[in-house]
Amino acid sequence: MSTIDIKRNEVPIRENRLGAVTGYVGTIGDLHERSSGCGVGNRERCFTQASACSSGCCQNQLASIADALVINHAPVGCAADSVGGNVNFKSGARLRGLEYVNVQVISTNLEERDTVFGATDKLRDTIRQAYERYKPNAIFVTASCVSGIIGEDIQSVLNELKDELGIPLVPAFCEGFKTKVWASGFDAAFHAVLHGIVEPPRFKTKTNKVNFVNFRGSARKEIINTFSKLGVEPVFLLQHSTVEEIRRISEARATVSICGTLGSYLGNALEQYYDVPYVKTEQPHGITGYKNWLRSLGTLLDAEDAVEAHIAAEEARIAPELEEIRARLKGKTAVVGMGPSFGHNYTRVLRELGVEVIWAATWHFDQNYDHGEVPESTKRLAEADESLQVSVGDQQNYEIVNLLAKLKPDIYVTRHGGSSVWATKMGIASYMITDEYAAFGFNGILNFGNVIIDKLTNRSLARKLAERIKLPYSDWWIAQDSFALLNAEGF
Amino acid sequence: MTTQIIDQVRHVCTLGGLQSVLAIDRAIPVLHAGPGCGQKLWGAIGLQNGGQGSGYAGGHTVPCTNATERDVVFGATDKLEEVIENTFKVIDADFFAVLTGCTSDIVGDDVGDVVRQFQKQGKPIVWAETGGFKGSNFIGHELVLDAIFDQYLQPATEATPGLVNIWAVVPYQDPFWTGVYSELAELLRSIGLTPNIIFGPGGGVAALDRVTAAQFNLLISPWVGLKGVQQLEERFGTPFLHYPVLPIGPTETGKFLRTVAEFADLDRNKVEQYITERENHYYHYIERAAEVLLETRFLPRHFTTVTDSTYGLALAKFLVSDLGLIPDRLYVVDGIPDHLQEEVRGYFKDLGEGIGAEVTFTPDGGAVQNELRATKFRSRPLILGSAWERTLAKELNGFLLSVSMPVSDRLVFDRSYVGYTGGLRLVEDIYSAILSDFQ
Ligand code: SF4
Ligand code: SF4
Repeated sequence: MSTIDIKRNEVPIRENRLGAVTGYVGTIGDLHERSSGCGVGNRERCFTQASACSSGCCQNQLASIADALVINHAPVGCAADSVGGNVNFKSGARLRGLEYVNVQVISTNLEERDTVFGATDKLRDTIRQAYERYKPNAIFVTASCVSGIIGEDIQSVLNELKDELGIPLVPAFCEGFKTKVWASGFDAAFHAVLHGIVEPPRFKTKTNKVNFVNFRGSARKEIINTFSKLGVEPVFLLQHSTVEEIRRISEARATVSICGTLGSYLGNALEQYYDVPYVKTEQPHGITGYKNWLRSLGTLLDAEDAVEAHIAAEEARIAPELEEIRARLKGKTAVVGMGPSFGHNYTRVLRELGVEVIWAATWHFDQNYDHGEVPESTKRLAEADESLQVSVGDQQNYEIVNLLAKLKPDIYVTRHGGSSVWATKMGIASYMITDEYAAFGFNGILNFGNVIIDKLTNRSLARKLAERIKLPYSDWWIAQDSFALLNAEGF
Repeated sequence: MTTQIIDQVRHVCTLGGLQSVLAIDRAIPVLHAGPGCGQKLWGAIGLQNGGQGSGYAGGHTVPCTNATERDVVFGATDKLEEVIENTFKVIDADFFAVLTGCTSDIVGDDVGDVVRQFQKQGKPIVWAETGGFKGSNFIGHELVLDAIFDQYLQPATEATPGLVNIWAVVPYQDPFWTGVYSELAELLRSIGLTPNIIFGPGGGVAALDRVTAAQFNLLISPWVGLKGVQQLEERFGTPFLHYPVLPIGPTETGKFLRTVAEFADLDRNKVEQYITERENHYYHYIERAAEVLLETRFLPRHFTTVTDSTYGLALAKFLVSDLGLIPDRLYVVDGIPDHLQEEVRGYFKDLGEGIGAEVTFTPDGGAVQNELRATKFRSRPLILGSAWERTLAKELNGFLLSVSMPVSDRLVFDRSYVGYTGGLRLVEDIYSAILSDFQ
């Protein structure tokens, strides 16, 4: 198990820390067994399509902190994700009734000569201008491929300016070329927060807060409600939280996360450094996941009775409708394509709804989390059905399209921008989960089930589109094995 | 020297030229770049800009070497070669363009060497060094065209009379680009020319192959693409007409058609007849809408633009010449190269009716917004800008129409603001924004 070190200014990438892989095909049983034993070796590809990078995950997390500002030390292109980030940020703010403002991401705008002569002056000047313009309560400087390759000494610049500006100035190392696992960028963001913002607890006793690591927080009201029954209050991280709130997360009673991929690093770091326990069950999607998760939290909070009462009432409430949904989904097949935590959790949820998942593809796979164990969702899935076919690929669309052409599921359930359209073009119903709470707990599973039913009920768009368009793949490729261009382990 | 920071991106980097490749039917870029460059770039100038998704072979279909640590230390030409080779097998496309990102350009991979091997085998493939630190995607678009002109085009045996290549807005960066090109084509067709449109549905390699047979090249843009038409003149002897203003509405469109007609030596009467017909159509609706245009509450008298130079100029000309509004702060955000700035500034000196305007050139949207915040507007301001201005417009109690990247708050198909029809569309959109605001 890797030990977390928040004193250093950089966190190791997932390949090195968590044994993360981006190339694998086999069964969930094999994946689980080898992850718990001698380990899975990554498989490279001899044809690759544009994937995504850690800098995107990192700077969108940091920029979404309400009163912080991000400076991207890069040429302008690397800040392009702030456009989509702004759409998310504003919609999240609207969802929560917060101030309607733009996200603050500023590019140092590196140019050709900077790649030769260096640009620490530019960085220094950008930080000063940015501070002057917005007076943020913290500034994060995100690295880029360019700043990494030319060896910019970001930390020294920040050290110089620290006293002058009097706010935390924190580097975040998320150079895209360093990792194939874009989720490494989540760790880079949380590490920046742990390294530069979070303070040790001020008091011996914990507060009544529970850190809730999530994205936009659409289920905020429901969670506040449920948590109040357990005598605690959620603090939603990092989107729309404040620097001051983040400073105090070491004082919380516990940390939970809507996504294992997202929360592992922050949750385990807070546990290891500040004794804030991290809930390590499956994620709270669907019924089993939600129950195990809430029970684990209840135990930590000494609130078992309240949890059991809540579960009993809710389970009874949704039972009739759940039965109806199950009856309508019986015999339907699905392929799943998501990040590893969502992928393995949603596979379980679909099975709870009576849908047969015939393949689960994930964008990477962490063989263990930061507490040294195989993800719980993977373990449970392997126990439930070890023969489930799974694969791992960093958004290699050609593999997915080939796979869907062979498997022809009733529905492709996915979570990644631009992934559901390919199934639709093949005439297959699809659902992309944009809201991380789409199947959250008892209400979520009903909503999710109903969406799937709707998607299956009218497939006109998919059918008619598929009749008229041509896929961008050659017949040769579609006739190959889906993983024909995945090299053997070690090559 | 103070650093020219970029707060609120309104264009992307040179590698954004990948979308210009995708704008050619059945053409596909092959990126030799970091793993996230593509996604960030198409996300910004595609999906979040009028809802332009992956289409035939964009988005995660785009082949890319996805640079790793090893690649930036040891170089990765072998990997690139493998990816290109497999691209030919896996992807069904007619044309390929290898584009490099910052990683490759800094490391110094000899991409030309790799691509030339495939060119020798007769593959329709070109390459360009588009590492993002070279500048904006406006420059990236030019680099892509340069590569195609230089490495792919062959001289035609003879010029086809009346055939005209149209070069105008940068695909994807301008969310209205498909509509723009087809409306420009329609205008040319109506006065008796045969337009050749490379970008958008129906063009493709066939259109590319016609380029050198054109009678002349028509460039409609203040500065982007100028290099390209000059290059075509030098290499293939094709003359060009540079018309800096994207024509919106009757005044500018009339001027545009007359200029083109004169250059191409067309029948004057036919052109005048067409102009009269279209102006009648245009004014039929303007007459009908006069009450709304004149008697609606909170009508703006002034307008502010925060756009690229093409739209800054086009909108200002139309609003001044045809709608009777007054320019009040025009910001141009496309990072015009220094040596071209004076020329472009000059175009804004004459917007019609003896009215001219000072423009501010800056890619820093945050600075623009701060200036606007400090401005005293006498009536509710009308801002033609981008989705970044949504919050500002609310703060200033103004009206906003997003027309310049990022247009993340609109879905755009084939509409455009070009020509007579486009002028009507623009009036509709501006006044719909006003009408729907105060009710
Ligand atoms: S250059 Fe690197 S950090 Fe920037 S977008 Fe590309 S892969 Fe990501
Ligand atoms: S600036 Fe360079 S590294 Fe960043 S997205 Fe553009 S090409 Fe990629």
